[in-house]
Amino acid sequence: MTTTDSPPAPAAPVRRRRSSGDTERGFSRTFRWIATGSGALILATLAAVALFLIVRAWPAMTASSAELADAVPRYPDDTSFLAYVGPLVFGTLLAAVLALLMATPVAMGIALFISHYAPRRLAQVLGYLVDLLAAIPSVVYGLWGIAVLAPAVGPVWLWLNEYLGWFPLFAGGASPTARVLATVSVVLAVMILPIITAVSREVFLQTPKLHEEAALALGATRWEMVRTAVLPFGQSGVISAAMLGLGRALGETMAVLMILSPGFLYSFNILQAAQQQTIAAYIALDFPEASGLAVNALIATGLALFVITLAVNMAARAIVARRKEFSGAN
Amino acid sequence: MVGALALSLAACGSDPGADEPNGEGSETAMDLSGDLNGGGASSQESAMEAWRAGFQGQYPDVTVNYDPVGSGGGREQFGSGAFSFAGSDAALDEDEMATAEEICGAGGVIEYPGYISPVAVAFNLEGIDTLNMSPETIANIFAGEITTWDDEAIATDNPDADLPSTDITVVHRSDDSGTTENFQEYLNTVVPDVWTYEPEGIWPIEGQESAPQTSGVVSAAQAGEGTITYADASQIADLGTVAVGVGDEFVEYSPEAAAAVVEGSPRVEGTGEHVFAYDLQRDIEGTYPIVLVSYHLACATYEDAATADLVKGFYTYILSDEGQQAAADSAGSAPLPTSLTEQFLPSVEAITAG
Repeated sequence: MTTTDSPPAPAAPVRRRRSSGDTERGFSRTFRWIATGSGALILATLAAVALFLIVRAWPAMTASSAELADAVPRYPDDTSFLAYVGPLVFGTLLAAVLALLMATPVAMGIALFISHYAPRRLAQVLGYLVDLLAAIPSVVYGLWGIAVLAPAVGPVWLWLNEYLGWFPLFAGGASPTARVLATVSVVLAVMILPIITAVSREVFLQTPKLHEEAALALGATRWEMVRTAVLPFGQSGVISAAMLGLGRALGETMAVLMILSPGFLYSFNILQAAQQQTIAAYIALDFPEASGLAVNALIATGLALFVITLAVNMAARAIVARRKEFSGAN
Repeated sequence: MVGALALSLAACGSDPGADEPNGEGSETAMDLSGDLNGGGASSQESAMEAWRAGFQGQYPDVTVNYDPVGSGGGREQFGSGAFSFAGSDAALDEDEMATAEEICGAGGVIEYPGYISPVAVAFNLEGIDTLNMSPETIANIFAGEITTWDDEAIATDNPDADLPSTDITVVHRSDDSGTTENFQEYLNTVVPDVWTYEPEGIWPIEGQESAPQTSGVVSAAQAGEGTITYADASQIADLGTVAVGVGDEFVEYSPEAAAAVVEGSPRVEGTGEHVFAYDLQRDIEGTYPIVLVSYHLACATYEDAATADLVKGFYTYILSDEGQQAAADSAGSAPLPTSLTEQFLPSVEAITAG
């Protein structure tokens, strides 16, 4: 831009017009401030949340384990604060990662179908329906989980436990009520499906037509075209979509609270009751009756969740940034 | 109208001469207005909801607020004067009573069990509606010592039942709950050598199934075959219930049998004139022993005349037949027998300003 500006000689009138007309006057100026303010507000909010969490969590993080065991109802005796948060972090990550493993392949399938297989009209309707899934409140997912899904998958879990019990995830005794982490993960997978699908679909749609046509011209089948042109191009987009989904799964509270029989163990037995608990559900469960140091301890677990979510998002950014050069975008 | 009737009845109950202006029930009724703030036990929340609605329906200018902060918070804030009235699942202990008396002044504290609710032991077994269980059996099941439904301990008390060999799945409350505390208190009192855990709001045993809130445990129990849980008796839907062993017999839960526990228990001696705290007896024949008893707290004298009238009016309404019925309908609590309300009403009626 600047190179095209410099050569012409009569630069002075242009410059004058510029300074008088299109910059920093009237609404233009106001708008700049509004936009800058909005941007700053995001940072300020984030900083305020972080500050709040740290300040309120501090008393719990510095208290002795004896004090904590005394004040916090579920605090095990003689454990450090990290040992108390540990199982919660573990449960949170396990539920979210399982949900992600289930949701991502399905979401990619839906996105590819919409972007490359379905007739245009069907694709629009389908895309709309998937977006609609995102509008369902999580409490409804929770109700659906305990009323419909748990009774339905209960026999499946029993079967998995009986015949595939040697596999670590399916070990232990399967719960007859199916209010277990496996059920929670399925519900979470459904909940994060729309966001992953929507983002992946947009990315797949942006695959350069030339790439696709080149692949087809070389004799590729539709699947080979998708594999060689669409997927490499969309890779980083799908990863960031998955991370967005992971963020939602990590923080999901209501559905987990309603479905899961909580426990505080480092346990991979996702079919057994009372093994794991997630941070968000733990806070929601114990906050109503908490007071004093117990509130600080709950907020400290919230801080842990905040750090995890931040780390996940930064990791996603890093991956996307690193892959950018290799994608077909350039 | 009924409230006015209750007011006038109450007035008769205490001292018709002294309360002459109140004898005209309906007139004073019209006068009540303002805000009344209280809070405490969340167990009373749905009953309070009904009482507030009923009372505010009679006196449109009155607003009653009940903040379900929990029993401990209720006692604390009543003691600090932040709440004019409070609900608590436990009676005030000596220290709390001393603090409350300081706030209330010379008249002292009014305390009576205003909310009694049976806690049912409910189970989900195909084709079985009721089972007899002794307290030992119940404690052993919930402690995880008895693990199958055809265990000898259950079979002996139920010779006619066709018990399956299904595993027993215990479902408890995952949140901090007064129902849990009351249920444990029952077990700990009746069979202390089996139930050795200190009663508190959080379930002491790990590794069992759990769900939040009463509706949660009920739906969890319904979801699995062979489950057993404890829950507010009005909420258990179509689950089977346990007839609890008391002495030599087995008693099915009923509001009347639950209220009878308080009726049959001795009042704690050596407390104030208006303090009706009860030492619950869990072994009276014919009564249903697993009950949640929640107290109402008030001062006998308030500095502010408006507050005194409001508390008096509200508590009189709660103790009226209409108030008790409203709570029974909406919260499934046990209506207090007349023998008890007759004892409490004079104290409530004696609330004055000064």
